Amino acid sequence: MSTKSNILFGIYCPPHPQPLLAPELNQGYGNLRSAYDTLKTRIEESGADIILVYSTTWPSIVGHQIQAHPEPEWTHVDDDFHFLGSMPYKFKIDSDFSNEYMEAAKKRGLHSRTVAYDGFPIDTGSIVALSLLNPDNKIPACIISSNMYSNRSETIVLGKAANDALSTQGKKAVVVVVASLSNRMFTEHINPSEDRIHSPKDDEWNRKILEFFKDGRLEDLSQLSRDIHGQIRIQKVAAYKPVWWMAATMGQHNNYDGEILAYEALHGSGGAIIQLTPSDGSVGDKEFDEDDVEYYQGDRNVLGQGAL
Amino acid sequence: MEKGRIVLGCLAPHPPHLVYAENPEQNEPFSEGGWETLRWGYNKLARKLKNIDYDVMVIFTPHWATYIGTHFLGLPKFNSLSVDPIFPNIFRYKYDLTVDVELAEAMEKSASDSGIITKMMRNPDFRIDYGTITSCHMLNPDWDKPIVTISSNRNAHYYSGEVMNEQATALGEACLKAIEESGKKVVLVSSHSLSHRHFVTESPLPEDMSREHIYNHSQYVWDMKMVGMMRDGKMREVVDIMPEYTEQTIAETEAGGLTWMMAAMNFPQYPAEIYGYQSVIGTGNAIVAWDPNSETREIVL
Ligand SMILES: [Fe+2]
Repeated sequence: MSTKSNILFGIYCPPHPQPLLAPELNQGYGNLRSAYDTLKTRIEESGADIILVYSTTWPSIVGHQIQAHPEPEWTHVDDDFHFLGSMPYKFKIDSDFSNEYMEAAKKRGLHSRTVAYDGFPIDTGSIVALSLLNPDNKIPACIISSNMYSNRSETIVLGKAANDALSTQGKKAVVVVVASLSNRMFTEHINPSEDRIHSPKDDEWNRKILEFFKDGRLEDLSQLSRDIHGQIRIQKVAAYKPVWWMAATMGQHNNYDGEILAYEALHGSGGAIIQLTPSDGSVGDKEFDEDDVEYYQGDRNVLGQGAL
Repeated sequence: MEKGRIVLGCLAPHPPHLVYAENPEQNEPFSEGGWETLRWGYNKLARKLKNIDYDVMVIFTPHWATYIGTHFLGLPKFNSLSVDPIFPNIFRYKYDLTVDVELAEAMEKSASDSGIITKMMRNPDFRIDYGTITSCHMLNPDWDKPIVTISSNRNAHYYSGEVMNEQATALGEACLKAIEESGKKVVLVSSHSLSHRHFVTESPLPEDMSREHIYNHSQYVWDMKMVGMMRDGKMREVVDIMPEYTEQTIAETEAGGLTWMMAAMNFPQYPAEIYGYQSVIGTGNAIVAWDPNSETREIVL
C-alpha cells in the first residue's frame, strides 16, 4: 500500500503566528519552532513535487476555493495577534496542480473554484506553515480552503479529489494540515511566559488524540472527529474537518508511523506538530461505522421525504 | 463643551455585491448592476446622512473577528487594497480612509475601565476588513468623514448568544459614555446581514437577479419578524430574542453589532426607518436607521 501512495508524509501543525513571529516569548513556542525547522529539512530531503496545504483558517463559502496565483505576495497581519508583528510573504504556487485539483473535485460532485488575484488575503495558518516549512519556496505549494458549511462526506470527497489530482499529474506530495487540537484560547491577554493549555479537559483530550497520531491511527481519528468537535472545539464551524481531509487524502487507513515533534500551548489552545509517514504496519482492527463516500450528492432533502 | 451624542444608528449590511453592483472607481471588477432594492435604499440613506451634521462614523464589524477582547483601530490613516476572501471575483477595492484615533482611544479606555478586555490596533500593515469598507462606502461614498472600526469579539462562539448580548450591551454603554465625554456627534454603524445562510454555489454572472432569492422561507419569516419589531420600535424586545433568532437563522447578529448599537442608543422605543430588505446569495439583508430626532425621523418604507 505504502509504495503506491502519492503522499510521502503528512504534517499536522497549528495556525497561530507565535512560532513564526515570537518563538522567544515562551519555551513552548520555541519548541514548536524547532519542530517546524526539523520538518523543513525533512521536506527538502523528501523529493516532494508539491506541498499541499489544507488550512482551517481559510474559510470558503462558494464551494471549495483553491489558491492558484503563481506568486502570491503581501504583508499579512493577524486579526488578534497584530501586536506580534507583520508577516510579509511571497509563495510559489503550482497553478497547474491547483487547476487539476479543481477539476478533480468537480468530477466528484463538488463545487470548486480557483482564486488567483493580486492581494488576495492568504490566511494566517497557511502563511505560518509555508513560511516555516518552505521558507525558500524550494517546493511549489497549493492551498485549499475549508468550506464553512461542508461536513463529513463533502470533506472526505475533497480529500479523495486531492489524491486523484496527484495521480493524474504523477506528483508526490507532502500534505500539511493546519489546525489546532483543542482550539479554545484565553479570552484575555496573557503574559506569554505563563501560557498553558486552557483546561485540564482540553489537555487530556489533546493527549489522547496524540496517542492515536503516535500509533498512526489516522482513520480511527477520522472516525472520532465528531466526538473531538463536541469535546474540545469551540463551535465556529459545522464540524472538525481537518482529520477527515487528511485521512481521505492519505488513504483512509491506520498504517502510518506517527511522530509527535512538539505539543505546546498557544494562548491556551493545543498546538501540536505531528508527522505521519505511510508504513506497512497496522494498529488495531477497528470497525469503521461511518460510511465511506466516493461522490458528493449534495444535501439530502430529508424534510421533503416521507411526507404524505 | 457640549455633551457628545449619537445622531443616527444604521443597520448597514455589507455583502460586497452591493459595492460591486455600484461600480465605483475604487473597485476593480465590473458589474451590470443587481440588488437595486438594497442599493437604492442605501442611496436614500446616504442622502439623509448628507443632511445630518456629524463628526465621525463608528462601525462595528463581524469581519474583524477577535477572540481575545475587543480591538479598536488605532492609527490615523489606512490605505491599501481590500480583496474579499470569500468573493474575490467581485470585490478588489482600493481604500484610503481616516480614523478618529482620539475617539477610538476614548472608547477603548471607557470599555477597559468597565471591565471589558480591549486592545488598540497599531500595526500599520493591518488590512481593513471588507465589512467596514462596504458599509462605509454605501453610507458615505465620498469617504469625507473619519471612521472608527471596532472588532467583533466572538462571545457567541466561546460562550453563548446570551453572553454575547451581555458583553455587547456593556460595550455599547461604554462607547456611549466615551462619545458623550468627547463632545462629538457620532453616527453608529452596525455592519451585518440578518439571516445568514449562503448558497454555496454562485451563478456564472453573480448579478443575475433571476437567480437571487432567500435561502429558505424560515429565514424570511424570522427576518420579517425582526423587521416588524424594528418598525414598531421594540428594540428591547429585539435584543431579548436575539439569541434565539441568531440560532434559528444563523444570523450575522451573532457578532454582537446590533446589540452593541441598540445598547449605545438606549434601546430605542421609537419606530425605525426601514430602507429596504433583499437577499444576497441567499442571506437576508435589511437597511434600517434609528433617528433619535423626532423632527427628522421619517416613515421611509
Ligand atoms: Fe459578513
